[in-house]
Amino acid sequence: MSYDVIIGLEVHVQLQTVSKIFCGCSTAFNPDQPNVQTCPVCLGLPGALPVLNAEAFRLAVKTALALNCQIAGFTKWDRKQYFYPDLPKGYQISQYDLPFSHDGHVDVVTEADGGAVRRVRILRAHLEEDAGKNMHDESGRGRDSLVDLNRAGTPLVEIVTHPDLRSAEEARLFLQDLRLLLTDIGVSDCNMQEGSLRCDANVNLHVHQPDGSKVATPIVEVKNINSFRFTEQAILHEVERQWELYQKTKQTIKDAPKSTRGFDPARGVTYAMREKEEAADYRYFPDPDLVPVTVTDEQIATLRGELGELPAARRARYRDQYQLSAYDAGVIIDQGREYSRYFEVVAEGCGDGKQAANWLTQDVQRELNERGLTIATFPVPADVLADLLKRVTNKQLTIKAAREVFGALLEGEETATTARIEAIVAERGLAIVQDDGAIDAAIADVIARNPKPVADFKAGKQQAAGALIGQVMRAVKGADPQQVRERLIAKLSE
Amino acid sequence: MSSLLNLPAAELVTRLAAGDVTSAALTEECLAAISQRDSSVRAFLNVDVERSLAQARSIDARRAAGESIGILQGLPIAVKDLICEEGVSCTCASRMLENYISPYSAHVIERLRAAGAVLVGRANMDEFAMGSSGENSAFQVTANPWDLERTPGGSSSGSAAAVAGRLTPMSLGSDTGGSIRQPASLCGVVGLKPTYGRVSRYGLVAFASSLDQIGPFASDVHGAALLLEAMAGHDPRDSTSVDRPVPSYTNSLNEPLKGLRIGVAREHFAEGLDDEVAEVVRRALDVYRSLGAELIDIELPHSKYAVAVYYLIAPSEASSNLARYEGIHYGHRTEKAGSLADLYARSRGEAFGTEVKRRIMLGVYALSSGYYDQYYVKALKVRRLIRNDFDAAFAKVDVIAGPVTPSTAFKLGERTSDPMAMYLSDIYTIPANLAGIPGISIPAGLSPSGLPVGLQLQAAPFAEETLLRAARMFEAATDHHRLIPPMARS
Repeated sequence: MSYDVIIGLEVHVQLQTVSKIFCGCSTAFNPDQPNVQTCPVCLGLPGALPVLNAEAFRLAVKTALALNCQIAGFTKWDRKQYFYPDLPKGYQISQYDLPFSHDGHVDVVTEADGGAVRRVRILRAHLEEDAGKNMHDESGRGRDSLVDLNRAGTPLVEIVTHPDLRSAEEARLFLQDLRLLLTDIGVSDCNMQEGSLRCDANVNLHVHQPDGSKVATPIVEVKNINSFRFTEQAILHEVERQWELYQKTKQTIKDAPKSTRGFDPARGVTYAMREKEEAADYRYFPDPDLVPVTVTDEQIATLRGELGELPAARRARYRDQYQLSAYDAGVIIDQGREYSRYFEVVAEGCGDGKQAANWLTQDVQRELNERGLTIATFPVPADVLADLLKRVTNKQLTIKAAREVFGALLEGEETATTARIEAIVAERGLAIVQDDGAIDAAIADVIARNPKPVADFKAGKQQAAGALIGQVMRAVKGADPQQVRERLIAKLSE
Repeated sequence: MSSLLNLPAAELVTRLAAGDVTSAALTEECLAAISQRDSSVRAFLNVDVERSLAQARSIDARRAAGESIGILQGLPIAVKDLICEEGVSCTCASRMLENYISPYSAHVIERLRAAGAVLVGRANMDEFAMGSSGENSAFQVTANPWDLERTPGGSSSGSAAAVAGRLTPMSLGSDTGGSIRQPASLCGVVGLKPTYGRVSRYGLVAFASSLDQIGPFASDVHGAALLLEAMAGHDPRDSTSVDRPVPSYTNSLNEPLKGLRIGVAREHFAEGLDDEVAEVVRRALDVYRSLGAELIDIELPHSKYAVAVYYLIAPSEASSNLARYEGIHYGHRTEKAGSLADLYARSRGEAFGTEVKRRIMLGVYALSSGYYDQYYVKALKVRRLIRNDFDAAFAKVDVIAGPVTPSTAFKLGERTSDPMAMYLSDIYTIPANLAGIPGISIPAGLSPSGLPVGLQLQAAPFAEETLLRAARMFEAATDHHRLIPPMARS
């Protein structure tokens, strides 16, 4: 017997607005100073009223458009009611039956070189407020639990997929693509450590029967997973667990209701969460404190225009326009839009996309990591790096010399300039000598003084050329080793 | 000595502005009246003598320095104890918020302070504004100044009684199903519920958000117009507040409406209306006829569903609005809790009164899965039909006139064990809340037994100017608003 793995995800993404969704409080991540980013509205004080933050709605619509969703012309706010200490009003303002968007899709590339693509349909995406954070005493001494409401009221988009994912790896790839998409269009930082992206996974199996039919196992929702790796691990474990359970009990979706489990990263296993005695009734109803929102086609068109080129399109363009491998394109695009722009300026400026990609993915990336910088604060502007690399393509500098210049530029206090490149090249005599006469003279001299290696080379010992090239290079400072090699070999082969 | 408090608001404002009377003197007189008479009226939950005198003196000092004071000119005002004022307790007459002090002020409080009001104290009410007699207050029962054994009405019991008992010239109330107009009628004062969205609800502790409006009480129409003018207008902190200019209600007040068309609904005179109330209302209609108004029969066919619709929508919203009082963040917390669920259940069980619990249970039921469509959604549909009735009526008439409440003030304790009888007190006032239209109760005279009877006028959305002018026409032609309860005569 075999089975298919069926996975649907619910992803919560915090939008990166300056202020909260229904009040003016800051959304900054600030766990060290609890409850300072609060006001009567997000504290749920008597008499306080919510007012929609238009920027949150704008970012939410951009999110949905990037997910190829339909945007509803009319949407409203509903109260989802339940008691929990991190929920100061006793209800969460969310969207129930008329979400602002629905029916989209994301195409996930499931093989490294762009071979297979899995289309994951998006059922809906809606906007809601985040709750606060409860902190329970973990000392075992039964101290009070604490509540921090700094996060309460942060705008969240909840994205619900159809059960279209077929493996734990696909689920991870989907989340990675989603993060890339949403960071790229600037709607969320998707910082999982800070809880900006959280995921629930609905998992079950379709078990193939001898007669060709399939039987579904009960659905399990694994809640609140906060990393891509954990998502993958949780699903893998869940698949294994459900398969063993099915073989033992033959329980199907008809025999058991959907259950909820947590994931323990330390043990790599899911565990049963305490079930409520009866199904939760959230008693959704339209929030009378808020007015419905209408969205016009013009507004949608404007926001769509602001999206710009999405990562998938950029990946294809980098392949066609700069002949980059899917891997190199991916590395650059994963670093975000600003990084991609930097790359494009360098690639256009030096006329060699492949060379630009090599520098970006190696030299620049290494320096950024070591210095803890972002591309925005990198002291070598894109046009300056382009100028440096153009000297390599034009055979004015060797790659080695270019690296030396790059290092020298980074040692400077100020932002690098092309004039500074000029000065470093001159000071250190790094320019390639284009004087064929001088090179040829040095070659003749070296051949004359080294009969043994010359004879070895002529006898077929290719390595013997290395020592001779080295001597020519020492004699003509700044010569291009490639050029020296070519001319030396030509001379020896005469 | 004739008390300043027997003077109408318009006259007090004129004297204050002219400097004939200081705000401090008037405030002192209010405080003296409260200390003399409030032990029997029990309109106030909290009076801050020092604070109100300081406010009054500051206004007087500013006036003396030639600064302009707002249109309220230093008038003392009582505030229903569910409108938040920074640094002041806001109990909602509930054990739940017995020790709650608001860290911020409601929009109307900011507006009133800017307009030169002196906020003397906090008026009693039914707990969380749920009730029609004031008897649901967790702290005290307010008496009707006309007969201390009778109810002043509710839920704005203290606000109405304070004005009727001549303790303050004006007060603020809130009206969700009649909570301003019904007590105004029973206490013989003017009470106005504005159009939904005319006055910001920011800082008004919510009972039923889609129905609640803050409104004024005063001894005459001018006072109500003045107080409305001081607080109406757009507030970006309330999404349901409407951005629409506010006319000067006081300026046009004394211009009679020529060719006034008054709608009279058959439904307002059907079974359930006491004869002595019907008689006073009919006489009031005669007054209008004598002033040249045209009386036109109209129909409000869906008004018979109003009470049923109201008791689905209001408790549904209330069950949600009152969920925040759970003992975790503020308010009453039980001392006996074990589990978290137990903490919620006990804190709420201990601190909410019977009527509040009843309405929460009704609302939770109406919103429950499986019942939602049948109850809540259906109620919303009928609510729309009720609004349509009014729209059709206001195509033909300028105002609708009728009774405010079926009877005169009933005896305290008389209806406390019969919630249905209590709920029917609001049969004529609830439709205006459901439709979002403005309504006013004005004194129309005394019943044969000597108790006040109010006349209700209702107008189209945002037609407060018409409503007030029509009310003033009646008032100018009668003397009912000059009647003062015997206990308050000096």
